[in-house]
Amino acid sequence: MSTEPTKPCLVVTFKGITLMLDCGLNMQSVLNFMPLPLVHSAKFDALPYWTPRDESKDWQIDRELKSHAAANRLFVDSAPEFCPPVEKIIDFSQIDVILISNYTCMLALPFITEGTGFKGVIYATEPTLQIGRFFMEELVEFIERSPKEIVAKHWKEMIHVLPPPLADCIKPKSWKHIYSKAAMNAALSHIQLVGYDQKLDVYGALSVTAISSGYCLGSSNWIIASDHEKIAYVSGSSTLTTHPKPMEQNMLKHANAIILTGLAPLPNQNPDTMLGEFCMTIATTLRQGGCVLIPSYPSGVIYDLFECLSIHLDKTGLSQVPLFFISPVAETSLAYSNIFAEWLSSGKQNKVYLPEEPFPHAFLVKNGKLKHYTSTHAEGFSTEYRQPCVVFCGHPSLRFGDAVHFMQLWSNNPLNTVIFTEPDFVIEQLLAPYLPMAMKALHYPIDTSLNFSQANKLIRDLKPDHLVVPERYTLAPLTVPHRNDLVIEPIGDKPLITFNRGEVIKLPIRRQKTRVLLEPALAETIKPVEIRPGVSMATVTAELEVKDNTYTMKYLESRNGRKRKTQGLPPCKEDVLRGRRIEFGSINPELLIQKLNQEGITGAKLQRTPQSAVILLQDSNAKIELQDNSTLICCNGDLKIRRRLRMCVLQCLKRI
Amino acid sequence: MPEIKVTPLGAGQDVGRSCILVSMGGKNIMLDCGMHMGFNDERRFPDFSYITSEGSATNFLDCVIISHFHLDHCGALPFFTEMVGYSGPIYMTHPTKAIAPILLEDMRKVAVERKGESNFFTSQMIKDCMKKVIPVTLHQSVMVDADLEIKAYYAGHVLGASMFHVRVGSQSIVYTGDYNMTPDRHLGAAWIDKCRPDLLISESTYATTIRDSKRCRERDFLKKVHDCVDKGGKVLIPVFALGRAQELCILLETYWERMNLKVPVYFALGLTEKANNYYKMFITWTNQKIKKTFVQRNMFDFKHIKPFDKSYIDNAGAMVVFATPGMLHAGLSLQIFKKWAPQEGNMVIMPGFCVQGTIGHKILNGAKRIEFENRQVVEVKMSVEYMSFSAHADAKGIMQLIQYCDPKNVMLVHGEYAKMEYLKDKIKKEFGINCYNPANGETSFINTSSKIPVDASLALLKSENKEYSLLPPDPKRRRLINTVLISREDGVCLTDSNEAEEAASINKHTVRFTSTIYIRDAGTVESTAQKLLQPLQDKLKDWEIKLLDGSTIGVETVLVKVQADPGEEINKKIYVSWTNDDEEIGSYILGYLQNLLS
Repeated sequence: MSTEPTKPCLVVTFKGITLMLDCGLNMQSVLNFMPLPLVHSAKFDALPYWTPRDESKDWQIDRELKSHAAANRLFVDSAPEFCPPVEKIIDFSQIDVILISNYTCMLALPFITEGTGFKGVIYATEPTLQIGRFFMEELVEFIERSPKEIVAKHWKEMIHVLPPPLADCIKPKSWKHIYSKAAMNAALSHIQLVGYDQKLDVYGALSVTAISSGYCLGSSNWIIASDHEKIAYVSGSSTLTTHPKPMEQNMLKHANAIILTGLAPLPNQNPDTMLGEFCMTIATTLRQGGCVLIPSYPSGVIYDLFECLSIHLDKTGLSQVPLFFISPVAETSLAYSNIFAEWLSSGKQNKVYLPEEPFPHAFLVKNGKLKHYTSTHAEGFSTEYRQPCVVFCGHPSLRFGDAVHFMQLWSNNPLNTVIFTEPDFVIEQLLAPYLPMAMKALHYPIDTSLNFSQANKLIRDLKPDHLVVPERYTLAPLTVPHRNDLVIEPIGDKPLITFNRGEVIKLPIRRQKTRVLLEPALAETIKPVEIRPGVSMATVTAELEVKDNTYTMKYLESRNGRKRKTQGLPPCKEDVLRGRRIEFGSINPELLIQKLNQEGITGAKLQRTPQSAVILLQDSNAKIELQDNSTLICCNGDLKIRRRLRMCVLQCLKRI
Repeated sequence: MPEIKVTPLGAGQDVGRSCILVSMGGKNIMLDCGMHMGFNDERRFPDFSYITSEGSATNFLDCVIISHFHLDHCGALPFFTEMVGYSGPIYMTHPTKAIAPILLEDMRKVAVERKGESNFFTSQMIKDCMKKVIPVTLHQSVMVDADLEIKAYYAGHVLGASMFHVRVGSQSIVYTGDYNMTPDRHLGAAWIDKCRPDLLISESTYATTIRDSKRCRERDFLKKVHDCVDKGGKVLIPVFALGRAQELCILLETYWERMNLKVPVYFALGLTEKANNYYKMFITWTNQKIKKTFVQRNMFDFKHIKPFDKSYIDNAGAMVVFATPGMLHAGLSLQIFKKWAPQEGNMVIMPGFCVQGTIGHKILNGAKRIEFENRQVVEVKMSVEYMSFSAHADAKGIMQLIQYCDPKNVMLVHGEYAKMEYLKDKIKKEFGINCYNPANGETSFINTSSKIPVDASLALLKSENKEYSLLPPDPKRRRLINTVLISREDGVCLTDSNEAEEAASINKHTVRFTSTIYIRDAGTVESTAQKLLQPLQDKLKDWEIKLLDGSTIGVETVLVKVQADPGEEINKKIYVSWTNDDEEIGSYILGYLQNLLS
């Protein structure tokens, strides 16, 4: 339901349960909007408003679109809008469970759960909830603190006459403004916390389990299992060693299907090399007296950046350069990172046993090297601020947050550098509204999530029956169309199952068996008969109880069967069912006649035809017709005779 | 009948050296491995010869589970792993793994360096032992091997304390360790879901106590401390480094702040300070309130409470000192006690349970003269107060936990015999389930019978469901199912009879009976059949009776067919025919029609 595989949102229906897998928010749409500066920007204000050439019709869009000559495009001058998961394909009130893989894949939650009649539960780990919460808080805060007077909406009516790239926007009418803090809190209150390897029961029909995915603090893959089937949902995973707990792979094996999303969108970068170049570039810039801006999210790779950068600066004699971390949630982020010991790699975990803070940034904060502020207006920032320095702040889209301020402040100086590490956006689009600029802009995408070759290797190891991927993963990336190696390979000769936004596909998993529980009292009465070596059978008649999607078979008590017979009451269902057995084998006519004689039924005459043998019993006025798989006993209304015949016939057959 | 075998090696009708052996489904599990604070001889450790008499402990045991870091639950662990010899897996929570080695080392120092004991485990042994520990998180299902699964639940007794659910196949137990059912100033309350174990092994320290409200006890405590220091007295509060110490520190800290008191409050340096650091880092294990506010103000950064130096013992004037250990059996708390005990204005507050044999236990029982090993005699003139702050569940809490997890049997450990007996009766009466309280070395056998999971073909269940949903709703109707169980090398499965025949490649043999009744009835065969339909429907109310074609009535496989020779208008034949499956209905209908028509 999302167009971006790194911000997935899928819905799976299995055993009558509707599960939503992740709830990522696609933010590409915000790049079409003007940045939200903290203070009025002369440069942005000076941009002319765009007016349509065709003035025959009143589009009512004056003051909605700004024309940016340097970027050669139009921007919407309004509060940014986001592209939430598609509506109308599924009724959100029918969703039973939402599984969240990590904090980057949950920002669309309020769009799904608030005002839609949503009644389900959301499962996420504790770090996912806490960090996800401050991702959301930051986003809402950034946008709320720079309110726009005008809500531009008329431009959406006329995209067909607008120049590209606005003309290429897909369904801008479905874009939405950011949610309120209240909606955010309400959405998060649906979350129930889970631990890794905790089996959660979903209405008795399924069990879901979060397992470590190694991508970020508390990130998880999910196992969705019934008694016999297993679907694995792999999203945002990493096989590299960074700060989170390593990825759990064993549990993903032998799945009927693996749904794979969240692969690195820019597949040809090695994060370690990028990190090295990142540190070197910063050192070079600082030495030349320039400042460095690193637009970043408030948690995640940023912790590794603090760690590596501070070590590198110490080594290169730049340890006196201050690092600023500016975010409304900076303090919270730093504090929380040090209390999630259980979710960290064993190296970091062992520090807690000493007891020392697992991340060195706690130490950096203590000795004043890393300073954190809620915003550039925060008390103390202006007195501490000095150049050169390194600033980490949001938002990586450069459309809102303190990053907008620093872009305006520094972009005219060629000594300064802005470094993009988040892989979510295309750098040219990010910078467009700031053109022309003198500042250097570099892109060192540091993405630890699986790349295509790692993913292909993983899949070969895991050997799922079926592999389900976004269709995009079967084509070479748009930026490098010749790289045919950058695709997901099918497993063996089975074709990949692909999906697109808004598409409904059927997974080829056929359920054949399910689990039932036998009560001990019933189990004791079951006496299997050996049919042939290794195979035994028994008929079981029981009362079936279906409660919470669990089947239980109970011992079936008779309702006064004997009393019924003596009183001439009709037989009840329980007794009839219990009397049912399976007869098998075929009857030897001679043997049957022998049995009949023993029983005192004499005068049998055997007639053979090609298909059958008929035994005529003239004395008893009866006839038994024998075929390979059936026997017909005809007699007149004499009850006693018939019972005796029945007994003899059954004695000649095998029964279970 | 499958059974679970439980043998306490320690904590059977006693408090101290908790160590319980459980055998079920071919697996052997050791729950806790503690030491006894009241003894200095070999009774200090559980009697491990019970398991090592027939070979190595590693071969015998599948795993060891430690519930929390108190020494009466983990104190014998290095002895067991390094000196007795066990190299299998050991499970405990992260905070327990972090804190236990520190307490063990502290205890080792007291035993070896102060008391001069030999043949005790070394520092290196503690480290080697901790390397074998696998940390677990709450609610994580850990598969020890293919059949043995363990899962931890929050116990709220101390930081990282947990209860463990242990399952082998369809048998399961819950071991509570020590737990607390009421949230306190720094920890939350114990919680477990309705996991319905075959056996709940619960501590029963406060089996007969129903404690008054926490607020009253806190007020009482603060008043006593305040009164004493007002008169210039010194207050000694012996505590264990982790647990009560933090709760009482938070309590005093807020009180001192509110009342603007200037009297110094100290805590013994080292352990407690370090301990507070653990609390800061494992804040996710504390209660909601602390978790919410920790970013702005970490509750464990104290302003009024300062580190204690030994030279302060002889300082004049009022003061409050927290010192370890909690039962006055060794260390700094005992040292301070010896100095302060003879002065009347002073006070010692025992905030927790003391095991037999400790000084703490003696003074709580009113001893006024204490003689020490080196013949030193101390007169106890200071006032001795007992305040139950130790975070154990009281009788009400234990009953509440039983209600939460709904076990089939209960076993009481970690308590005194007489109190256990009282609670045992109460449990039997109230829940109608068996309750055990074996002594150390005594084995209890708990019979279990639980539901057996079997695979069933979906086709079978679907056809039953289809049939059932076609019937008019009736809450009293039982859902009945007739199936065939096939047991093959690849497992056991329930199927319908067609699938079964195919799977076992047998040929079903159908036996059908036909009897004829001759009657005289004018009219068409259809009208005769119509006449029979109503009486049959009236008689066989349980069954669905249908007119199949004009002249045939069907019930299950029973067919009642009316026929007449061509041209014959009065004499008719009624064939009643059925397969052996429906022998009972068939013969009943035949008999009924014969009666009706004769």
